[in-house]
Amino acid sequence: MSNSSAAQKSVVWDWLTTVDHKKIGIMYFLAGLFFFTIAGIEAMLIRIQLMFPEMAFLGEQTYNEVLTMHGTTMLFLAAMPMFFGFMNFVTPLQIGARDVAFPFVNSLGFWLFLFGGLLLHVSYFTGGAPDAGWTAYAPLSTTSEGQGVDYYILGLQVSGAGTLMSGINFLVTIVNMRAPGMSMMRMPLFTWTTFVTSMLILFAFPALTVGLLLLMLDRTFGGAFFDIGLGGNVVIYQHLFWIFGHPEVYILILPAFGIFSEVISTFAKKRLFGYSAMVFATMIIGFLGFMVWAHHMFTVGMGPVANAIFAVATMAIAVPTGIKIFNWLLTLWGGRIKFTTANLFALAFIPSFVLGGVTGVQLAMSAADYQFHDTYFVVAHFHYVIIGGSVFGIFAATFYWWPKMFGYRLGEGLGKIFFWLFLIGFHLTFFIQHFLGLVGMPRRVASYLDGQGFNEMNLISSLGAFMMAVAFIFLVVNVIVSRKNTTNVTDPWDGRTLEWATTTPVQEFNFAQTPLIRDLDALWYEKMNGNGKIKAAEPLDEIHMPNGSILPIIMSSGLVVASFGVIYEMYLLIALGLLINFGCMFVRSIKEDHGYHIPVSEIKKQGGES
Amino acid sequence: MSHVDPSARLEGKASRDTERSLKRETKAQIASFVFMIFMTSTAFLTVASDAIPTGFAIPFILLLASVQVIMQLYYFMHLNSKGNAWANVMMWSGLFVAAMTVASLMLLIGVTKY
Ligand SMILES: [Cu+2]
Repeated sequence: MSNSSAAQKSVVWDWLTTVDHKKIGIMYFLAGLFFFTIAGIEAMLIRIQLMFPEMAFLGEQTYNEVLTMHGTTMLFLAAMPMFFGFMNFVTPLQIGARDVAFPFVNSLGFWLFLFGGLLLHVSYFTGGAPDAGWTAYAPLSTTSEGQGVDYYILGLQVSGAGTLMSGINFLVTIVNMRAPGMSMMRMPLFTWTTFVTSMLILFAFPALTVGLLLLMLDRTFGGAFFDIGLGGNVVIYQHLFWIFGHPEVYILILPAFGIFSEVISTFAKKRLFGYSAMVFATMIIGFLGFMVWAHHMFTVGMGPVANAIFAVATMAIAVPTGIKIFNWLLTLWGGRIKFTTANLFALAFIPSFVLGGVTGVQLAMSAADYQFHDTYFVVAHFHYVIIGGSVFGIFAATFYWWPKMFGYRLGEGLGKIFFWLFLIGFHLTFFIQHFLGLVGMPRRVASYLDGQGFNEMNLISSLGAFMMAVAFIFLVVNVIVSRKNTTNVTDPWDGRTLEWATTTPVQEFNFAQTPLIRDLDALWYEKMNGNGKIKAAEPLDEIHMPNGSILPIIMSSGLVVASFGVIYEMYLLIALGLLINFGCMFVRSIKEDHGYHIPVSEIKKQGGES
Repeated sequence: MSHVDPSARLEGKASRDTERSLKRETKAQIASFVFMIFMTSTAFLTVASDAIPTGFAIPFILLLASVQVIMQLYYFMHLNSKGNAWANVMMWSGLFVAAMTVASLMLLIGVTKY
């Protein structure tokens, strides 16, 4: 059934059924922002609890739950989805594609992530959230009371399936859907990091799936994989988790590296220094990311040779990362630097992330790690790389791509207030935690006694956290009050890459004619050597578009129903949920849906240049 | 210009070049098919014969099996043809990561500490 044009739909129905990568990208971003807010509030609760010694603000059990949910939500449901939002929105535009390779799978990936995340949060209302840390180490997780950890397992399984699908989708898109002339070595760096990130997702997430599956079997179905009394081995869980977990932190930082490369070269008005070295370093980082997982387990007792090997491998990662840092600095060198909010975040990232990298190498020394392990030194380290790297990247990308995504520019004045408050608050919160760790404050513990020398530093740390919260409010205000800045949104930064050659808002087919790419920084090349417009690789012709579908939501809710079945051991519910899921797959397989075509007249009406 | 239906049947005769390459491929497939039958029977004989000790037989037939899998993928499932470079990269890096993980896990979770 190939109808000539899409039927008019209501706005809500349109968003629920959309398979358009731009709308899915926006939904990913907004859902990520929603979970980011929740996890941020949890962070505030943690810092209030730790503000003074022996506080009774949260009970110990509640503290464990809030701590677990803060970590889990920030990593799986906030940072990753926000990056996925940018990847979804920007990557097809950057490679000159009309959509991702599998639009239906893309939408399924989003709804699985969202429903998995919501499932995890249902646990707050059903007798307690998971309380075994974001790592859910056995036997703490296998013996945890109540259903909290079951929610963790199933919630992450469902959203993890969505993430895995999206990763494969990006890989196929980037390999197969590049516009004519867009060779691999002409891809913008954000597309490259999306590509390598997706490879990491493809290879790392199965380990998490297996680890969570074993946990589920142990908790719900009487398994004994992690029951030492029955011959199980708890260390296997730690291995499985970190085989996933270390690549996961690179899944969180590589897209940010891509964003900084785009932002820095755009606002320095220079081509990225050492493009091929940057690509190569990205691949090396991705590769080494799989060789170092056991550095999270130095104190588990693997033995000196194993510890030494993983220590050296870990330190080796500093080399490609250092290459990247110097390339960014040399991109800035001699450039005409514009200090926009996006660029400020990129510039602040460099020293902040280097600090996190230095403590990373310190932690990699296995002998020294026996001292640092499980103290606030580790907490300070990973917040420096995740906030100073990933979150700064997300904020830089927010200010950089906001005009393209939402059709208005975020205010620079409010943006700069936000930036400075956030930057100072961040360093205030976490720099001092290095020293808290060095004087011996253990992480993950709900309180501390008076007179141990922790009081002042914890107070300062909490004050910094409040400053970050205030900064975030400035961002929200900015989003609301800037709505009138609808001028100059097509190419506000004098961009270099292909996404700035599209109209704002981007037409549903992205490019009226598939673009012809003549160089790296395709748009900049045309601005310098052409007429400033991207050349077309094909004559204007009608465009084939996929139809939207409601099935992804139904499939995802089927899996949620099945998850409730597992959590409460109701086998009928499991069967029902799986029936819904596989029923949808069946419908999808047998129902022919060839999409629709946009006729040339319609394309011309929508302002497609020719 | 109307759009092309990708699922439509191809019409007309194949070109000379296509025919030649198809012939070459048929030859390669028959050759590898014969070779695979040979390997399968070797594996069978290895297990059936009393002269070969079990300690040798098991790794040997595992080796034969992996050679067969690779031949299957490359000659019959066309991994060797053009345009499949990325599929190759992905499969081999996936295998590499998985193999390395399993190998190091076997070393790391034993009673002996290294
Ligand atoms: Cu790590």
